[in-house]
Amino acid sequence: MTPQINPLILLFASIFTGNILLTNFLGLCSFISISRDMKSANGLGLAVTVVLTLTALINWAVMHYILIPLNLMVYRYIVFIIVIAATVQMLEMIIDRVSPALYMTLGIFLPLITVNCAILGVALFMQIRNYGLLQTLAFSFGSGLGWWLAIIALAAIQKKIARAPVPAGLQGPGITLITIGFMALAFIGFSGMLNVS
Amino acid sequence: MNGETPAAILKSNLWTNNPIFIQILGICSTLAITNNLVNTLIMTLAVVFVTGLSNTTVSVLKSLIPRKVRMIVQTLIIAFYVILVDIVIRAFLPEISKALGPYVGLIITNCIIMGRAEAFAQLNPPIMALWDGLTSGAGYMAVLVVIAIIRELLGAGSLLGYQILGAGFTTWTIMVMPPSAFFLLGTLIWVAKTIMIRKEST
Repeated sequence: MTPQINPLILLFASIFTGNILLTNFLGLCSFISISRDMKSANGLGLAVTVVLTLTALINWAVMHYILIPLNLMVYRYIVFIIVIAATVQMLEMIIDRVSPALYMTLGIFLPLITVNCAILGVALFMQIRNYGLLQTLAFSFGSGLGWWLAIIALAAIQKKIARAPVPAGLQGPGITLITIGFMALAFIGFSGMLNVS
Repeated sequence: MNGETPAAILKSNLWTNNPIFIQILGICSTLAITNNLVNTLIMTLAVVFVTGLSNTTVSVLKSLIPRKVRMIVQTLIIAFYVILVDIVIRAFLPEISKALGPYVGLIITNCIIMGRAEAFAQLNPPIMALWDGLTSGAGYMAVLVVIAIIRELLGAGSLLGYQILGAGFTTWTIMVMPPSAFFLLGTLIWVAKTIMIRKEST
Protein backbone atom coordinates (compact mmCIF):
# COMPACT_ATOMS: atom_id res chain seq x y z
CA MET A 1 0.00 0.00 0.00
CA THR A 2 2.90 2.39 0.54
CA PRO A 3 3.81 4.57 -2.43
CA GLN A 4 7.41 3.31 -2.21
CA ILE A 5 6.61 -0.17 -3.50
CA ASN A 6 8.98 -1.50 -6.15
CA PRO A 7 7.39 -1.15 -9.62
CA LEU A 8 8.71 -4.55 -10.72
CA ILE A 9 7.05 -6.30 -7.80
CA LEU A 10 3.90 -4.35 -8.49
CA LEU A 11 3.96 -5.55 -12.10
CA PHE A 12 4.05 -9.22 -11.11
CA ALA A 13 1.61 -8.75 -8.28
CA SER A 14 -0.96 -7.16 -10.55
CA ILE A 15 -0.64 -9.99 -13.07
CA PHE A 16 -0.96 -12.85 -10.60
CA THR A 17 -1.87 -12.29 -6.97
CA GLY A 18 -3.85 -9.10 -7.37
CA ASN A 19 -5.37 -9.97 -10.74
CA ILE A 20 -7.81 -7.17 -11.42
CA LEU A 21 -10.44 -9.51 -12.77
CA LEU A 22 -10.18 -12.36 -10.31
CA THR A 23 -9.68 -10.45 -7.08
CA ASN A 24 -11.30 -7.11 -7.82
CA PHE A 25 -14.07 -8.31 -10.14
CA LEU A 26 -13.37 -5.58 -12.66
CA GLY A 27 -14.16 -5.98 -16.33
CA LEU A 28 -16.49 -8.90 -15.83
CA CYS A 29 -19.28 -7.77 -18.16
CA SER A 30 -17.40 -8.00 -21.42
CA PHE A 31 -15.38 -10.87 -19.99
CA ILE A 32 -18.32 -13.22 -19.73
CA SER A 33 -19.85 -12.39 -23.09
CA ILE A 34 -16.64 -12.44 -25.15
CA SER A 35 -14.87 -15.39 -23.57
CA ARG A 36 -16.56 -17.97 -25.80
CA ASP A 37 -13.95 -18.09 -28.53
CA MET A 38 -10.19 -17.90 -28.45
CA LYS A 39 -9.61 -15.42 -31.24
CA SER A 40 -11.82 -12.66 -29.97
CA ALA A 41 -10.61 -13.29 -26.41
CA ASN A 42 -7.10 -12.66 -27.64
CA GLY A 43 -8.10 -9.51 -29.51
CA LEU A 44 -9.98 -8.11 -26.57
CA GLY A 45 -7.13 -8.92 -24.20
CA LEU A 46 -4.65 -7.05 -26.38
CA ALA A 47 -6.99 -4.07 -26.74
CA VAL A 48 -7.60 -3.90 -22.99
CA THR A 49 -3.87 -4.03 -22.23
CA VAL A 50 -3.08 -1.22 -24.66
CA VAL A 51 -5.94 1.03 -23.60
CA LEU A 52 -5.42 0.34 -19.91
CA THR A 53 -1.74 1.31 -19.98
CA LEU A 54 -2.33 4.36 -22.13
CA THR A 55 -5.29 5.79 -20.25
CA ALA A 56 -3.76 5.14 -16.83
CA LEU A 57 -0.70 7.18 -17.82
CA ILE A 58 -2.79 10.00 -19.30
CA ASN A 59 -5.07 10.02 -16.27
CA TRP A 60 -2.05 10.10 -13.98
CA ALA A 61 -0.70 13.15 -15.79
CA VAL A 62 -4.09 14.87 -15.90
CA MET A 63 -4.59 14.24 -12.20
CA HIS A 64 -1.18 15.48 -11.09
CA TYR A 65 -0.83 18.47 -13.42
CA ILE A 66 -4.42 19.66 -13.80
CA LEU A 67 -6.83 18.30 -11.20
CA ILE A 68 -4.69 18.58 -8.07
CA PRO A 69 -3.22 22.07 -8.75
CA LEU A 70 -6.67 23.43 -9.60
CA ASN A 71 -8.28 21.60 -6.68
CA LEU A 72 -10.82 19.88 -8.92
CA MET A 73 -10.55 16.35 -7.53
CA VAL A 74 -14.33 16.21 -6.96
CA TYR A 75 -14.77 16.03 -10.72
CA ARG A 76 -12.26 13.21 -11.20
CA TYR A 77 -14.90 10.66 -12.20
CA ILE A 78 -16.13 12.79 -15.07
CA VAL A 79 -12.63 13.74 -16.14
CA PHE A 80 -11.34 10.16 -16.02
CA ILE A 81 -14.24 8.83 -18.05
CA ILE A 82 -13.89 11.57 -20.66
CA VAL A 83 -10.16 10.89 -20.96
CA ILE A 84 -10.89 7.20 -21.43
CA ALA A 85 -13.61 7.78 -24.02
CA ALA A 86 -11.47 10.28 -25.93
CA THR A 87 -8.40 8.02 -25.89
CA VAL A 88 -10.37 5.07 -27.17
CA GLN A 89 -11.90 7.16 -29.94
CA MET A 90 -8.52 8.55 -30.97
CA LEU A 91 -6.88 5.15 -30.87
CA GLU A 92 -9.62 3.81 -33.09
CA MET A 93 -9.02 6.52 -35.69
CA ILE A 94 -5.23 6.15 -35.59
CA ILE A 95 -5.34 2.37 -35.95
CA ASP A 96 -7.83 2.69 -38.79
CA ARG A 97 -5.44 4.98 -40.69
CA VAL A 98 -2.15 3.29 -39.90
CA SER A 99 -3.02 -0.37 -40.08
CA PRO A 100 -6.35 -1.52 -41.50
CA ALA A 101 -5.35 -5.13 -40.81
CA LEU A 102 -4.91 -4.43 -37.11
CA TYR A 103 -8.14 -2.46 -37.17
CA MET A 104 -9.99 -5.53 -38.36
CA THR A 105 -8.84 -7.55 -35.35
CA LEU A 106 -8.90 -4.80 -32.75
CA GLY A 107 -11.42 -2.27 -34.02
CA ILE A 108 -14.62 -4.00 -33.03
CA PHE A 109 -13.45 -4.35 -29.44
CA LEU A 110 -12.50 -0.74 -28.87
CA PRO A 111 -16.01 0.67 -28.32
CA LEU A 112 -16.66 -2.09 -25.78
CA ILE A 113 -13.67 -0.98 -23.79
CA THR A 114 -14.98 2.45 -22.88
CA VAL A 115 -17.51 0.83 -20.57
CA ASN A 116 -15.09 -1.79 -19.28
CA CYS A 117 -14.93 -1.29 -15.53
CA ALA A 118 -11.30 -2.41 -15.39
CA ILE A 119 -10.12 0.73 -17.20
CA LEU A 120 -11.82 3.17 -14.85
CA GLY A 121 -11.05 0.88 -11.90
CA VAL A 122 -7.30 1.01 -12.54
CA ALA A 123 -7.43 4.81 -12.77
CA LEU A 124 -9.28 5.01 -9.45
CA PHE A 125 -6.97 2.50 -7.71
CA MET A 126 -4.01 4.48 -8.97
CA GLN A 127 -5.46 7.61 -7.39
CA ILE A 128 -6.52 6.00 -4.09
CA ARG A 129 -3.24 4.13 -3.57
CA ASN A 130 -1.30 7.22 -4.53
CA TYR A 131 1.01 5.59 -7.10
CA GLY A 132 3.91 7.43 -8.73
CA LEU A 133 4.45 7.47 -12.49
CA LEU A 134 6.55 4.29 -12.68
CA GLN A 135 4.21 2.43 -10.35
CA THR A 136 1.23 3.53 -12.41
CA LEU A 137 2.94 2.19 -15.52
CA ALA A 138 3.73 -1.13 -13.83
CA PHE A 139 0.31 -1.45 -12.25
CA SER A 140 -1.70 -0.65 -15.38
CA PHE A 141 0.43 -2.75 -17.72
CA GLY A 142 0.41 -5.66 -15.27
CA SER A 143 -3.34 -5.40 -14.77
CA GLY A 144 -3.84 -5.46 -18.54
CA LEU A 145 -1.65 -8.55 -18.91
CA GLY A 146 -3.42 -10.21 -16.00
CA TRP A 147 -6.80 -9.55 -17.59
CA TRP A 148 -5.53 -10.88 -20.91
CA LEU A 149 -4.18 -14.02 -19.27
CA ALA A 150 -7.44 -14.63 -17.45
CA ILE A 151 -9.64 -14.21 -20.52
CA ILE A 152 -7.48 -16.55 -22.63
CA ALA A 153 -7.49 -19.18 -19.89
CA LEU A 154 -11.25 -18.90 -19.56
CA ALA A 155 -11.82 -19.12 -23.33
CA ALA A 156 -9.75 -22.31 -23.40
CA ILE A 157 -11.67 -23.82 -20.49
CA GLN A 158 -15.00 -22.84 -22.09
CA LYS A 159 -14.08 -24.92 -25.14
CA LYS A 160 -13.84 -28.03 -22.98
CA ILE A 161 -17.00 -27.18 -21.05
CA ALA A 162 -18.95 -26.99 -24.30
CA ARG A 163 -18.56 -30.77 -24.55
CA ALA A 164 -19.31 -31.53 -20.91
CA PRO A 165 -22.74 -32.58 -19.62
CA VAL A 166 -23.69 -29.42 -17.72
CA PRO A 167 -27.17 -29.33 -16.07
CA ALA A 168 -29.67 -27.24 -18.03
CA GLY A 169 -30.04 -24.54 -15.37
CA LEU A 170 -26.31 -24.14 -14.98
CA GLN A 171 -25.49 -23.72 -18.65
CA GLY A 172 -24.20 -20.38 -19.87
CA PRO A 173 -23.38 -17.76 -17.25
CA GLY A 174 -23.79 -20.08 -14.25
CA ILE A 175 -21.01 -22.47 -15.17
CA THR A 176 -18.85 -19.61 -16.41
CA LEU A 177 -19.02 -17.89 -13.03
CA ILE A 178 -18.17 -21.09 -11.18
CA THR A 179 -15.24 -21.67 -13.54
CA ILE A 180 -14.01 -18.14 -12.85
CA GLY A 181 -14.30 -18.94 -9.15
CA PHE A 182 -11.93 -21.90 -9.50
CA MET A 183 -9.53 -19.81 -11.54
CA ALA A 184 -9.61 -17.13 -8.85
CA LEU A 185 -8.75 -19.76 -6.23
CA ALA A 186 -5.74 -20.85 -8.26
CA PHE A 187 -4.48 -17.32 -8.76
CA ILE A 188 -4.96 -16.41 -5.11
CA GLY A 189 -2.77 -19.37 -4.23
CA PHE A 190 0.19 -17.15 -5.15
CA SER A 191 -0.79 -14.42 -2.74
CA GLY A 192 1.54 -15.58 0.01
CA MET A 193 4.47 -14.65 -2.23
CA LEU A 194 3.51 -11.12 -3.15
CA ASN A 195 0.81 -8.95 -1.74
CA VAL A 196 0.10 -5.35 -2.56
CA SER A 197 -3.54 -4.84 -1.91
CA MET B 1 -41.24 -2.41 -23.98
CA ASN B 2 -43.66 0.39 -24.88
CA GLY B 3 -46.93 0.78 -23.04
CA GLU B 4 -46.29 -1.74 -20.30
CA THR B 5 -48.07 -1.53 -16.97
CA PRO B 6 -46.06 -0.70 -13.85
CA ALA B 7 -46.82 -4.12 -12.39
CA ALA B 8 -45.49 -5.88 -15.48
CA ILE B 9 -42.31 -3.81 -15.33
CA LEU B 10 -41.89 -4.69 -11.66
CA LYS B 11 -42.20 -8.40 -12.31
CA SER B 12 -39.91 -8.27 -15.32
CA ASN B 13 -37.17 -6.37 -13.52
CA LEU B 14 -37.32 -8.33 -10.31
CA TRP B 15 -37.60 -11.81 -11.75
CA THR B 16 -38.14 -12.78 -15.39
CA ASN B 17 -35.66 -10.27 -16.73
CA ASN B 18 -33.59 -9.70 -13.59
CA PRO B 19 -30.49 -7.69 -14.53
CA ILE B 20 -28.15 -10.14 -12.82
CA PHE B 21 -29.73 -13.56 -13.41
CA ILE B 22 -30.65 -13.12 -17.03
CA GLN B 23 -28.53 -10.33 -18.36
CA ILE B 24 -25.40 -10.78 -16.16
CA LEU B 25 -24.87 -7.05 -16.17
CA GLY B 26 -23.19 -4.73 -13.80
CA ILE B 27 -21.75 -7.19 -11.35
CA CYS B 28 -18.27 -5.74 -11.69
CA SER B 29 -18.80 -2.76 -9.49
CA THR B 30 -20.49 -4.46 -6.59
CA LEU B 31 -19.49 -8.09 -6.31
CA ALA B 32 -16.20 -7.15 -4.68
CA ILE B 33 -17.81 -5.67 -1.59
CA THR B 34 -20.43 -8.36 -0.98
CA ASN B 35 -18.41 -9.84 1.89
CA ASN B 36 -20.02 -7.28 4.18
CA LEU B 37 -23.77 -6.64 4.37
CA VAL B 38 -23.62 -2.98 5.42
CA ASN B 39 -21.36 -2.04 2.52
CA THR B 40 -23.51 -4.00 0.10
CA LEU B 41 -26.68 -2.24 1.27
CA ILE B 42 -25.13 1.21 0.91
CA MET B 43 -23.64 0.37 -2.45
CA THR B 44 -26.79 -1.16 -3.93
CA LEU B 45 -28.92 1.71 -2.60
CA ALA B 46 -26.54 4.03 -4.42
CA VAL B 47 -27.08 2.01 -7.59
CA VAL B 48 -30.89 2.17 -7.16
CA PHE B 49 -30.68 5.93 -6.71
CA VAL B 50 -28.40 6.47 -9.71
CA THR B 51 -30.36 4.12 -12.00
CA GLY B 52 -33.69 5.72 -11.12
CA LEU B 53 -32.62 9.32 -11.48
CA SER B 54 -30.38 8.92 -14.52
CA ASN B 55 -33.16 6.99 -16.25
CA THR B 56 -35.56 9.85 -15.50
CA THR B 57 -33.09 12.47 -16.69
CA VAL B 58 -32.36 10.62 -19.93
CA SER B 59 -36.09 10.25 -20.53
CA VAL B 60 -36.76 13.97 -19.93
CA LEU B 61 -33.91 15.00 -22.23
CA LYS B 62 -34.42 12.32 -24.86
CA SER B 63 -35.67 14.68 -27.56
CA LEU B 64 -32.82 17.12 -26.92
CA ILE B 65 -29.92 14.66 -27.11
CA PRO B 66 -28.57 14.12 -30.64
CA ARG B 67 -28.48 10.41 -31.41
CA LYS B 68 -24.82 10.39 -32.34
CA VAL B 69 -23.50 11.63 -29.01
CA ARG B 70 -26.13 10.04 -26.78
CA MET B 71 -23.72 7.51 -25.23
CA ILE B 72 -21.36 10.14 -23.92
CA VAL B 73 -24.25 12.34 -22.76
CA GLN B 74 -25.75 9.40 -20.88
CA THR B 75 -22.37 8.65 -19.33
CA LEU B 76 -22.06 12.25 -18.17
CA ILE B 77 -25.58 12.19 -16.67
CA ILE B 78 -24.72 9.00 -14.80
CA ALA B 79 -21.38 10.43 -13.67
CA PHE B 80 -23.18 13.49 -12.31
CA TYR B 81 -25.38 11.39 -10.03
CA VAL B 82 -22.47 9.19 -8.98
CA ILE B 83 -20.53 12.27 -7.90
CA LEU B 84 -23.53 13.33 -5.78
CA VAL B 85 -23.64 9.89 -4.15
CA ASP B 86 -19.89 9.92 -3.57
CA ILE B 87 -20.02 13.32 -1.86
CA VAL B 88 -22.94 12.29 0.36
CA ILE B 89 -21.33 9.01 1.41
CA ARG B 90 -18.03 10.71 2.10
CA ALA B 91 -19.67 13.42 4.20
CA PHE B 92 -21.96 11.24 6.31
CA LEU B 93 -20.32 7.80 6.30
CA PRO B 94 -16.57 8.42 6.00
CA GLU B 95 -15.66 4.93 7.31
CA ILE B 96 -17.79 3.18 4.72
CA SER B 97 -16.55 5.50 2.01
CA LYS B 98 -13.03 4.32 2.77
CA ALA B 99 -14.06 0.66 2.70
CA LEU B 100 -15.85 1.05 -0.61
CA GLY B 101 -12.75 2.62 -2.14
CA PRO B 102 -12.98 2.93 -5.91
CA TYR B 103 -16.21 0.99 -6.20
CA VAL B 104 -18.53 3.98 -5.77
CA GLY B 105 -16.91 5.64 -8.77
CA LEU B 106 -17.23 2.42 -10.70
CA ILE B 107 -21.02 2.71 -10.60
CA ILE B 108 -20.50 4.91 -13.68
CA THR B 109 -19.41 1.91 -15.72
CA ASN B 110 -22.15 -0.30 -14.30
CA CYS B 111 -23.69 -1.72 -17.45
CA ILE B 112 -27.19 -1.93 -15.95
CA ILE B 113 -27.56 1.82 -15.71
CA MET B 114 -26.39 2.41 -19.26
CA GLY B 115 -28.44 -0.56 -20.46
CA ARG B 116 -31.69 0.74 -18.93
CA ALA B 117 -31.03 4.21 -20.33
CA GLU B 118 -30.55 2.74 -23.80
CA ALA B 119 -33.30 0.15 -23.73
CA PHE B 120 -36.03 1.87 -21.74
CA ALA B 121 -35.54 5.56 -20.96
CA GLN B 122 -34.93 6.45 -24.62
CA LEU B 123 -38.42 5.27 -25.54
CA ASN B 124 -40.62 5.94 -22.52
CA PRO B 125 -42.04 8.89 -20.51
CA PRO B 126 -40.14 10.08 -17.40
CA ILE B 127 -42.43 8.59 -14.73
CA MET B 128 -42.23 5.13 -16.29
CA ALA B 129 -38.48 5.53 -16.72
CA LEU B 130 -38.12 6.38 -13.03
CA TRP B 131 -40.14 3.29 -12.08
CA ASP B 132 -38.16 1.10 -14.44
CA GLY B 133 -34.87 2.42 -13.06
CA LEU B 134 -35.91 1.90 -9.45
CA THR B 135 -37.18 -1.64 -10.03
CA SER B 136 -34.12 -2.62 -12.07
CA GLY B 137 -32.00 -1.36 -9.22
CA ALA B 138 -34.13 -3.31 -6.76
CA GLY B 139 -33.73 -6.54 -8.74
CA TYR B 140 -30.00 -5.99 -8.70
CA MET B 141 -30.05 -5.20 -4.99
CA ALA B 142 -32.04 -8.32 -4.08
CA VAL B 143 -29.52 -10.71 -5.60
CA LEU B 144 -26.47 -9.01 -4.16
CA VAL B 145 -27.99 -8.71 -0.70
CA VAL B 146 -28.63 -12.47 -0.68
CA ILE B 147 -24.98 -13.07 -1.59
CA ALA B 148 -23.83 -10.61 1.07
CA ILE B 149 -25.97 -12.27 3.77
CA ILE B 150 -24.50 -15.70 3.01
CA ARG B 151 -20.94 -14.39 2.81
CA GLU B 152 -21.04 -12.35 5.99
CA LEU B 153 -22.90 -14.99 8.00
CA LEU B 154 -20.54 -17.81 7.06
CA GLY B 155 -17.40 -15.74 6.70
CA ALA B 156 -17.60 -13.76 9.93
CA GLY B 157 -20.54 -15.30 11.80
CA SER B 158 -22.25 -11.93 11.90
CA LEU B 159 -24.90 -9.88 10.12
CA LEU B 160 -24.72 -6.08 9.82
CA GLY B 161 -21.79 -6.30 12.20
CA TYR B 162 -23.75 -8.01 15.01
CA GLN B 163 -22.42 -11.42 16.06
CA ILE B 164 -25.11 -14.02 15.25
CA LEU B 165 -23.36 -17.36 15.40
CA GLY B 166 -21.82 -18.26 18.74
CA ALA B 167 -18.19 -18.72 19.70
CA GLY B 168 -18.28 -22.41 18.73
CA PHE B 169 -18.72 -21.51 15.07
CA THR B 170 -15.69 -21.89 12.84
CA THR B 171 -15.76 -19.11 10.25
CA TRP B 172 -15.35 -20.06 6.61
CA THR B 173 -12.29 -18.20 5.45
CA ILE B 174 -13.18 -18.77 1.82
CA MET B 175 -16.36 -16.73 2.24
CA VAL B 176 -14.42 -13.53 2.77
CA MET B 177 -12.17 -14.25 -0.21
CA PRO B 178 -13.10 -13.23 -3.77
CA PRO B 179 -13.71 -16.73 -5.27
CA SER B 180 -16.70 -17.36 -3.03
CA ALA B 181 -18.58 -14.49 -4.68
CA PHE B 182 -18.19 -16.22 -8.04
CA PHE B 183 -19.33 -19.57 -6.64
CA LEU B 184 -22.36 -18.09 -4.87
CA LEU B 185 -23.47 -16.03 -7.83
CA GLY B 186 -23.05 -19.02 -10.14
CA THR B 187 -25.09 -21.19 -7.78
CA LEU B 188 -27.82 -18.57 -7.38
CA ILE B 189 -28.13 -18.27 -11.15
CA TRP B 190 -28.33 -22.06 -11.32
CA VAL B 191 -31.18 -22.16 -8.78
CA ALA B 192 -33.08 -19.29 -10.40
CA LYS B 193 -32.76 -20.74 -13.88
CA THR B 194 -33.83 -24.21 -12.78
CA ILE B 195 -36.98 -22.75 -11.20
CA MET B 196 -37.67 -20.77 -14.38
CA ILE B 197 -37.22 -23.81 -16.61
CA ARG B 198 -39.59 -25.86 -14.40
CA LYS B 199 -42.22 -23.14 -14.54
CA GLU B 200 -42.01 -22.96 -18.29
CA SER B 201 -42.43 -26.70 -18.75
CA THR B 202 -45.53 -26.97 -16.55
